[in-house]
Amino acid sequence: MPMIEMKNVSKWYGTFQVLADCSTQVEKGEVIVVCGPSGSGKSTLIKCVNGLEPFQQGEVRVNGISVGDAKTDLPKLRAHVGMVFQHFELFPHMSITENLAIAQVEVLGRGKDEARDRGLKLLDRVGLRAHADKFPGQLSGGQQQRVAIARALAMDPICMLFDEPTSALDPEMINEVLDVMVELAQEGMTMMVVTHEMGFARKVAHRVVFMDQGRIVEDDKKDAFFGSPRSERAQQFLSKILHH
Amino acid sequence: MSNWDWQVFCKDTIDGEIVARCFGGPGDLTYLDWLLSAWGWTLSVSLLALLVALAFGSIMGILRTAPNRGLVLLGNAWTELFRNIPLLVQIFLWYHVVPALIPPLRGVPSFILVVLGLGLFTSARISEQVKAGIQSLPRGQRMAGLALGFTLPQTYRHVILPMAFRIVIPPLTSESMNIVKNSAVAFAVSISELTLFALQAQEETARGIEIYLAVTGLYFLSAFALNRVLHFVEQRVRVPGMIGGGH
Amino acid sequence: MLNLDFAFLTPQVVSSYVLKGFAFSLQLTLVAMLGGIALGTVLALMRLSSRPWLALPAAAYANTMRSIPLVMVILWFFLLIPLAIGRPLGAEMSAVITFTLFEAAYYSEIMRAGIQSIPRGQVAAGYALGMTYGQTMGLVVLPQAFRNMLPVLLTQTIILFQDTSLVYAIGAYDLLKGFEVAGKNFNRPVETYLVAAVLYFAISFSLSMLVRKLQQRIAIVR
Repeated sequence: MPMIEMKNVSKWYGTFQVLADCSTQVEKGEVIVVCGPSGSGKSTLIKCVNGLEPFQQGEVRVNGISVGDAKTDLPKLRAHVGMVFQHFELFPHMSITENLAIAQVEVLGRGKDEARDRGLKLLDRVGLRAHADKFPGQLSGGQQQRVAIARALAMDPICMLFDEPTSALDPEMINEVLDVMVELAQEGMTMMVVTHEMGFARKVAHRVVFMDQGRIVEDDKKDAFFGSPRSERAQQFLSKILHH
Repeated sequence: MSNWDWQVFCKDTIDGEIVARCFGGPGDLTYLDWLLSAWGWTLSVSLLALLVALAFGSIMGILRTAPNRGLVLLGNAWTELFRNIPLLVQIFLWYHVVPALIPPLRGVPSFILVVLGLGLFTSARISEQVKAGIQSLPRGQRMAGLALGFTLPQTYRHVILPMAFRIVIPPLTSESMNIVKNSAVAFAVSISELTLFALQAQEETARGIEIYLAVTGLYFLSAFALNRVLHFVEQRVRVPGMIGGGH
Repeated sequence: MLNLDFAFLTPQVVSSYVLKGFAFSLQLTLVAMLGGIALGTVLALMRLSSRPWLALPAAAYANTMRSIPLVMVILWFFLLIPLAIGRPLGAEMSAVITFTLFEAAYYSEIMRAGIQSIPRGQVAAGYALGMTYGQTMGLVVLPQAFRNMLPVLLTQTIILFQDTSLVYAIGAYDLLKGFEVAGKNFNRPVETYLVAAVLYFAISFSLSMLVRKLQQRIAIVR
């Protein structure tokens, strides 16, 4: 059973169709990169996986559980699906340690000390132990994003969703975040990553999904995608962004 | 107009004799005693009304940002009702109309009715500010809370409200200064606060300027003190690394 | 318990008690609005001036008016104006002067924000074309500032309309007083206060809906 399964997902904002008949899946341990031009619907697609965006047609299953089903306990599902946002979205009124602990305590029911210790261990892993008692406003973008990854990992997720994790970062901070993500991938985490960073894709992705105007236009194994993409749109896209 | 008589405050309210040291004994009050007691009433009305306003205003402000249309409508209706009727008219409603329509409330002291009237009037304005504060937060904060597995109420409690309330402290400060000023309408229903003192003492002593100056000074002082207290609160709850509340 | 009787409010009763007060409330609002905006604009310009002898008094005036309860301001003027002019003054006349001067402080804050929101480049462009300060303000800045702040100015006017009820403190015969007198004469205070509340609500609510519509239309044209 795939970890993430999307079948014929369509979504409209009023009369505007933002996702059209999207189908794909992510197996356990797989890393897929979703790319495409702005407005292609890739952020919306990934937000459908954990139900942050509702969808009108189709089916989404995470570890067998249907996301669109009204009877599904969404908070419970989301507790086990980690998500990292473009703008980090750390909670500014809490210290780093508290950011890492709050959901462990309130959602998973862990004890405060256990939550704190797990948080500190993860901070260590992303190289930010020294900043444990600081507040998000006192950290740089790259540091905040690494903390955000740690915060998601603190919930022991079965898979991780990344929505353009480096798009809001200054260029010199992109690598520190990508390094953490590469490590995660190499440890076998199931990951779905919306990004423009093709270097990352080449390094650790198993498959690449290319979207345009709400449709999944290509869904290839990595080497196939970069070597000989089938659609003209994908070729155009690649030629433009690989120029850097 | 150029001969001041500050001694008026030391006069006994009944026979007009000057009392030594300006404070009378029980049953023998000077205007100064009366002034200070009136000040006490003004402060009590203001502070209690502020609590009522904060409680109801926060709830209505939160409801107006809820995903449920019915709750939003309730919050909006509340706000429109209390902000489109003049405060004085609302006070009269509480004082004359409510006890007549709801018999159990007939025995309620007018002080409580005024606190409710002033509090609910102000709650409409506070709900506006709380709503604005919540809506000024980046959308991603709510999503980040939900993504971690929080239910919506948990997201409000742990993520949205702590930041929203920090954002609204400055407008809240001016609202509380407004409440001190607005408490003056209580004179119309015979609450012995500063404005009623001003009206009555001015009539009795014909020293309007001195009386009015003292009363005005105390209003200034009260508003200023409240402002400083809330400023202190704002400093204490400030989040390190952030100016104001948002990004 | 709920034996309300509105039957006594015949058109004749309304016209003899309420209409007079209603007319006064409207007149007071209108005069205070026009006078207040005019004076307020002058105050705002003074406040934004680089000459301290203009800026400081204007700031002191605005801050003082905004720090005192309106009822006290009404009482102050009712006490001081007769002393200043040497003869007694009716409550209604005193109210007109009071409200114009009081609201000017609030309108001045609004106009100040409006003027400050106009990019400095506009002023520079005016001067570069050879305009004087007066021309630049009158032809370039103030028209734009007015347009931008129109919704806020109108909202303040709605508040002004509601505030006129406070002339109760000096016994002026306004809309609220009209209802109160009718209520006392027919011994039906509950009904009259209710009708007064509904009327104030209807007027304020419809006006604020109009202002909201206006806001949307102004936004599009920009």
